[in-house]
Amino acid sequence: MDFKHTEDRRMLGDSLRRYLTDKYDIEHRNKSAYSAPFHDPGTWQELAELGILSALVPPANGGFGGEGFDISVVFEEFGRALCAEPMLATLLGLNLLCRYEQQELVNELMAGTRKVAVAVFEPDNSDSLTDLQTTAEQSGDSWLLNGTKSVVYGAPTADLFVVLASDGGLYLTEDGEVAGYAMIDGGGAGQVTFDATPATQLTDDGVADVEAALDAGRLALCAEAVGAMDVLLAMTVEYLSQRQQFGTVIATFQALQHRTVDMAVEVEQCRSITTLAASKLDTPERARYVAMAKNLIGRGATLVGEEATQLHGGIGMTWEYAGSHYAKRLIMIDHQLGDRFIQQQRMAS
Amino acid sequence: MDLTLTPEEQAFRDEVREFLKTSLPEDLALKGENLEELSKSDVERWHAILNARGWLAVTWPVEYGGTGWTAVERNIFEEECAMANAPRIVPFGLNMLGPVLIKFGSEEQKAEILPRILDGTDWWCQGYSEPGAGSDLASLKTRAVRDGDEYVINGQKTWTTLGQYANKIFCLVRTATEGKPQQGISFVLVDLDTPGIEMRPIRLLEGGHEVNEVFFTDARVPVANLVGEENQGWTIAKYLLTHERTNIAGVGFSTRDLAKLKRLTEAVKRNGRPLAEDPVFMGKIYELEADLEALRITNMRMLQQAKDGAAPGAESSMLKIKGTVIRQAIGSLYRTALGPQAAPFEADGIDFGIPTEAMYATAAYFNNRKLSIYGGSNEIQRNIIAKGMFGG
Repeated sequence: MDFKHTEDRRMLGDSLRRYLTDKYDIEHRNKSAYSAPFHDPGTWQELAELGILSALVPPANGGFGGEGFDISVVFEEFGRALCAEPMLATLLGLNLLCRYEQQELVNELMAGTRKVAVAVFEPDNSDSLTDLQTTAEQSGDSWLLNGTKSVVYGAPTADLFVVLASDGGLYLTEDGEVAGYAMIDGGGAGQVTFDATPATQLTDDGVADVEAALDAGRLALCAEAVGAMDVLLAMTVEYLSQRQQFGTVIATFQALQHRTVDMAVEVEQCRSITTLAASKLDTPERARYVAMAKNLIGRGATLVGEEATQLHGGIGMTWEYAGSHYAKRLIMIDHQLGDRFIQQQRMAS
Repeated sequence: MDLTLTPEEQAFRDEVREFLKTSLPEDLALKGENLEELSKSDVERWHAILNARGWLAVTWPVEYGGTGWTAVERNIFEEECAMANAPRIVPFGLNMLGPVLIKFGSEEQKAEILPRILDGTDWWCQGYSEPGAGSDLASLKTRAVRDGDEYVINGQKTWTTLGQYANKIFCLVRTATEGKPQQGISFVLVDLDTPGIEMRPIRLLEGGHEVNEVFFTDARVPVANLVGEENQGWTIAKYLLTHERTNIAGVGFSTRDLAKLKRLTEAVKRNGRPLAEDPVFMGKIYELEADLEALRITNMRMLQQAKDGAAPGAESSMLKIKGTVIRQAIGSLYRTALGPQAAPFEADGIDFGIPTEAMYATAAYFNNRKLSIYGGSNEIQRNIIAKGMFGG
């Protein structure tokens, strides 16, 4: 048993942390995360140049990573910096495109010259891959897509869509009418409408691959939560240690100490389950352990987000305080790619 | 990053499994599975089997007849034992006094006492808590006053687990009243045959006799029975708490109990359907399963840190909190799953339509409320962690 990352992954994490610490402070983040295009194209380009996107791609496709621990290292740093760049969308897209001999697109995505979004869920169905309404109809050599996809992360900035249709097929298109929006915790998503939109077919049965890609995305969210929890816990400890009331720092109050300790225990548990899920990502037990991790993260991250807000008192309620944005992100992560209740059901099967 | 056991550790685990399969008596395993109370001779029989294999003193170095195991090996052994329903090693002599003597005892004490712990000649119990000194252990009042080459002990100890089986007790006693309370405490060994000592049972809420109170009235003990220096007792007690605690997380017990809970959901019905088909109830089980899987890794991470030389502290407190919370939650769901059939107290000979292994589950649930109270309550554990986080 060994809980240390490889030298390469430690370097990856260190260089990403250094970059984000130097170039991506919270003011910069908040400026780009809440208004169109809901990220900072300059930052994205620099992340690509740093090789961060290539870390999500296996060597067979020209990257240098792509395994569970590569994903967790990158996203934990994203969580620490609360980075709102469209990395989740890119992970999902790369994960799928690497399966279908789309090397040219993979190269462009790794280089940051194109951006992808994966369109799976729909307004009427935001959590399962069955009963989808978006259709794909063959028309000569091409296919025509019709329907509306929702919860498409990264859609406002994407120039490429991977679309799961009602026939279970997976389609690739550059078009689609995007109604983009900022999420309450930052970053962009969109509703994408296809109206006889031409597309090419990647596969006629993509459901299992989409499930696998979504599991990689869930692991990424778990790791992101762990990074953000670590930081928010440290901010909370620091705040309690300097805030004075009743003539003393409030860190001396046992009621507040014990709540903080319970946060710390959950952070360790969340780190453990994320590590376990990362180790299982490329095994037959993937779905079960990712479901476990996403369930526990859903509970743990919500607890840490809510408790941090409470322990900070009024200041934690303000937009100006960085901690409030961490708390929002931690609470909203449960809403992405299946909340804790959906993960419970996945554990049952 | 590698979450699997090393080949050596795997081989060790297989060896433990094989040993349990061949050497754990069936009747003891069955009692464990059914959560029946173990008799003194049950425990002594199991200790003797372990001792014959050289696996009884899991916290002692080899030179004293111990296993010399690493924390990881110890953890593997304890998890396997728990999952096999083996009796738990009674820790007072083996895992508490033994390590204390090895660290603080005189050569004579080690030579005389350690072999008698191993071969079962002596059954030690613990005299720490007092009616007025629980979480605030340093406020203990039992006095040991020197009179020639004897201490005269007066006072009362309580929560003495399995004291009814013991012939010896190790005690924290007050030998000085000046200075800070911690500075006047000594660690002494007492023969329970000493005139002036009386042990009385305390009946617990589930009905069982597990703990006792011990009264000392002018009990005379040789000064030679002092361990370490006079007034060094607090250091010894703290050493014990931080360095020799085993199986804090109780992952093996929770794994066993969770498997039993899942079995039970197949066997009992709710609204005419197997409980296993109730998604709300099952959802709670799945969440506990996620908690337990995380704890398994947290435990290994912290054992690994200890192996790498980090001083244990906040980590063991975290394991204690989370481990007991999970174990109690599993027990609570088990009790709930039994519905109204959880209630029978003493009802031999009636078939309630529940599995045999569920017969004592409610009693065990009530008994296990102790988990978050003893060994430093979970609130005390939070204080310890908070001290590390906030300083002071």
